[in-house]
This record gives sequence, C-alpha cells and structure tokens, in this order.
Amino acid sequence: MKKIEAIIKPFKLDEVKDALNKVGVMGITVSEVKGFGRQKGHTELYRGAEYVVDFLPKIKLEIVASDDMVDQIVQTIEAAGKTGKIGDGKIFVVPIEEAVRIRTGQRGGEAL
Amino acid sequence: MHQRTRRMVWLVGTVGLLLGLPALGRAEEAEPAMNAADTAWMLVSTALVLFMTPGLALFYGGMVRKKNVLGTMMHSFFIMALVPVLWMVVGYSLAFGPDLGGLGFIGGFDHVLLRGITPDALSGTIPTLIFVAFQGMFAVITPALIAGAYAERIKFISYAIFTGLWLLLVYAPICHWVWGTGGWLFEKGALDFAGGTVVHMSAGFSALAFAIVLGKRRGYGTTNMSPHNLALTLTGVGVLWFGWFGFNAGSALAASATAGLAFLTTFLAPAAAGLSWSIAEWLRTGKPTALGTSSGIVAGLVAITPAAGFVGPGSAVVIGLLAGTICYGAVLLKNPLGYDDSLDAFGVHGVGGMLGALLTGVFASWGGWGKPVESLLFHTDMSAAVGQFSVQVISVIATAVYSLVVTFVILMVVKVLFGLRVTDQVELEGLDLTQHGEANYHF
Repeated sequence: MKKIEAIIKPFKLDEVKDALNKVGVMGITVSEVKGFGRQKGHTELYRGAEYVVDFLPKIKLEIVASDDMVDQIVQTIEAAGKTGKIGDGKIFVVPIEEAVRIRTGQRGGEAL
Repeated sequence: MHQRTRRMVWLVGTVGLLLGLPALGRAEEAEPAMNAADTAWMLVSTALVLFMTPGLALFYGGMVRKKNVLGTMMHSFFIMALVPVLWMVVGYSLAFGPDLGGLGFIGGFDHVLLRGITPDALSGTIPTLIFVAFQGMFAVITPALIAGAYAERIKFISYAIFTGLWLLLVYAPICHWVWGTGGWLFEKGALDFAGGTVVHMSAGFSALAFAIVLGKRRGYGTTNMSPHNLALTLTGVGVLWFGWFGFNAGSALAASATAGLAFLTTFLAPAAAGLSWSIAEWLRTGKPTALGTSSGIVAGLVAITPAAGFVGPGSAVVIGLLAGTICYGAVLLKNPLGYDDSLDAFGVHGVGGMLGALLTGVFASWGGWGKPVESLLFHTDMSAAVGQFSVQVISVIATAVYSLVVTFVILMVVKVLFGLRVTDQVELEGLDLTQHGEANYHF
C-alpha cells in the first residue's frame, strides 16, 4: 500500500477529483494548506501598511491505494493538475504500513 | 434655562417671523411647549447614535488580527456598559450643568445623579431626559474611538480606568466649553454642530498621545498585522453611516429644516470622501481598496460632523473631497513619523475633525444654531467672517492641546498604578484568550 500526497492549485481540485473518480479512486482526503516553492508571493496594502505574503494557498490531497494503482493515480493527478505555470505543485509517494476500516475492523488491502 | 433652550426659542421665533407664518400656536414671549414631532425624532436619533458604537466595534474588530477581535470589540462594548452609568452619576452634570464659578470651564455638580431634572422638564421643545440620553450616546462613542490607538496591546484594567478618568477630565470639560451653558468657546461663538472638536478631535488627539506613550506593537514593521476580516470592517462602516444620521441630524435637537440640512450633508460629504480617498489610492498604488473606500467614507463623516447644520450641499461635497484626500495623506504619514496608531484614530478622527472644524469657518452659510453665521466664503461682513474663522482656530488649538496634555497626565497616573501594556508573551498570545478567556475562532 502507498500514500499519494499531492499539493495542487486550489482551483484545480474539482478537475483532479473528477479525473480520479474516473480511474476508480474511491476515497480522497483534502486539506487547505499554504506554502511556497518557486512561485513568488504577493503584496497586500492596507492603508499604507504593505505586507509581502510569501505563502500561497494550496490544496493537499491524500490518497491511500494498493501498489498496482499508484502509477495510474500519479499520472492522473499530474495531467489534471497541470497548468504549465509555476506553482502547479508536487506529488509524493510514501509507503503505508497498515490500514484499518473502523466500521468493520478490516485490515490491509481490504480496508482500502 | 439651558443655553440650548434659549437657542431653540430664538430659532423658532426668528423662523416664524421670517416666514411670515401666523403664530404656530406659540406666543413669541412664552416658553415653548413640548413638541411631539421634535421629541419623536430625538428618540429615534438617540437610538441611532447608540447603534454607532457597535458599528465602531465591527469597524475596528475586522481590522485587527483574529486573536484580538473580541478584545478590540470589548473596548467598545465595555464602554457601552461603563459610560452610561458614569454619565448619569456625574458626567452629564459636569458637561451640561450650570457653569461652575462662571469660568466657562466645567458644569459643576448641580445635576449629579440627574437630580433636579423631572421627566417633564424641557430642553427647548424636547424632554430634558431625552437630551441627557442623546448626549449620553455621544459620551459613549467618543472614548471608544480612542481604542484605535491602543488596540492589540492594552491591559484591560488600564483601559477601563483610563476611560472613566478620560470621560470626566477630558470629554466633559471640552463638551462644556463648546456646548454647555456659559462654556467659554460657546460664548466666543465657536461653531461645532455635532462634535468635530468635542468628539473627534478630543478622541483623535488623545489617541495620538496614547499611541506615543504606549509604543508600537511587538513586531510592528516586520510581522504581518493585516486585517483579519475586512467584511466586518465594511459592515461596521455601513452601520456607522446609518447611525451618523442620528448623530448629525439629531444635533438639530428638533425635526426642523436644520435637521434636514444636516441629514443631507451627512449623506453627501462621506460619499465625496469615499470617492476621493478611493481615487487617490487608485492613482497612488494602482488599486482602489475596500478598506480605503470605507475609510474615506468615515473621514467624510468625521469632517462634516462640525459643519453638518451650517454648510450647504455643495460645500458638503467639497468638504468630503478634501477630507478623503487629506486623511489618506495623514494615515500614510504614520510610517515616517514613527508612531503606531494602529487603527488610525488620529489620522481619521483627529485630522478629520480638525479639518471639519476649520472648514466650518470657511463654508458656513446657514444659521443652524439660530444665529446668522459668517464664513470666509459666505459672509455679509468680512471682518466678522475672519473673526469667526479665528474662533474656529482657537477652538481647534484649545481642544488639541488640552486633549494631548491631560491624556498624557492620565496615562502617566494609570501607568504608575496599573501599568498600561500587556507583557510580550500576552501580546503574542492575543488579548481574547489572555484578557477575556475567550476565542472567536476555533480550529
């Protein structure tokens, strides 16, 4: 089992979610995060007080899937989340040791 | 008889004669009776002015960081609890009681606990108790304006003690000078329709003293202190503008032509000021902002306050255009001058009030207080107009100096007894949790 973590631009969420549904992904966790990489922040001006805001709002997706699904999921996110401009985000894959479905107590692959 | 009563009798008599109307059910020499229309309007106005203080709470609350939103709004709400009581006990007497010793400085103690005022007592054509309440609402909002200078770092007990002392030692005297029986500025003929000096300058200059004594917020200049919820701020401005119709038009103390004029000028000046601040900002930075436009509206409201019942509609627009630009400039000056007037109490209320008080001497054309007025642009006698303008200047200087000095003294006393600022750690954690044990936002 692996977890796919993806940081994407917020307005891309619906597109990425729909694309993932089409390839059979059943469950996603989404959080609102902020961060920066190479994309520059912006300046806000309040009555003469200027603030440089480095952090940009992003969306983080977390999906736990069986090993055989991972490549397809990564490619799907990559295609749907791309605009071609700086700040599109990144995708990471990490190994998962255990998964449990709380309602039934199922473990491992059956819990996914 | 109250000075205001005398004024009202004069106004009714003069207007009646000028219009050639038959006696309006009143003989010119008799005391005016209670007028139901005036009374009804003043009841409504009084409620409108109260509404301004929660409006101010929203205005300020949206501009601070989320950890301080409740603390900042408390600065308005606790005042709404404290000041009415103080006003009833001694504040009204000091401000509007018969002049103590003929010095024109303070009202004295004749009406402590409002004694001597029965429910059927009249001030002009309205019950005195309504006048007490109406003026009480002004007494509530004025110290609340100062909160803009000490936001995000004041100790609550220090704020509370300061406010009580300030009300009695700064607000009540200045109120007496400009509006009270025998007040020295009133006797000189200073024109301040609804409180450009009494309310905005006193609060604004006191705020300046407070900001300087208190020092800047920790991390000022390097930390992000941007407004956490400008939607609250904008809502606050809407509420303030609505209530301000009571503040200005209600200061006519009657349902009259003067009230109508004050209502219209209170409609036009803030609009013009919102426009000029917005455009000035647009030209300077490339974008008009919500905060700027709404601040411009407030600047216009402040500047028209002393002039509302004295100037014509065209003048109101000009006053607004000037207020929007000049107050925008004043707010920008904060940075090079190096003080942290966090929410621009001085830049908007101090500067705006001063501008309005002086421009009243330039544009006044209607006898809103019953006597004909002379101003630099509308006069029958230039030397009288210059005299009026110099009285405006005197009132501005007296208010500014007295506010600065006495506020400074009060702050020194409070600092020794209670301290003023919270500790660094408390300031970092925020006032909501540390001063009030509450949080507005939970994650």
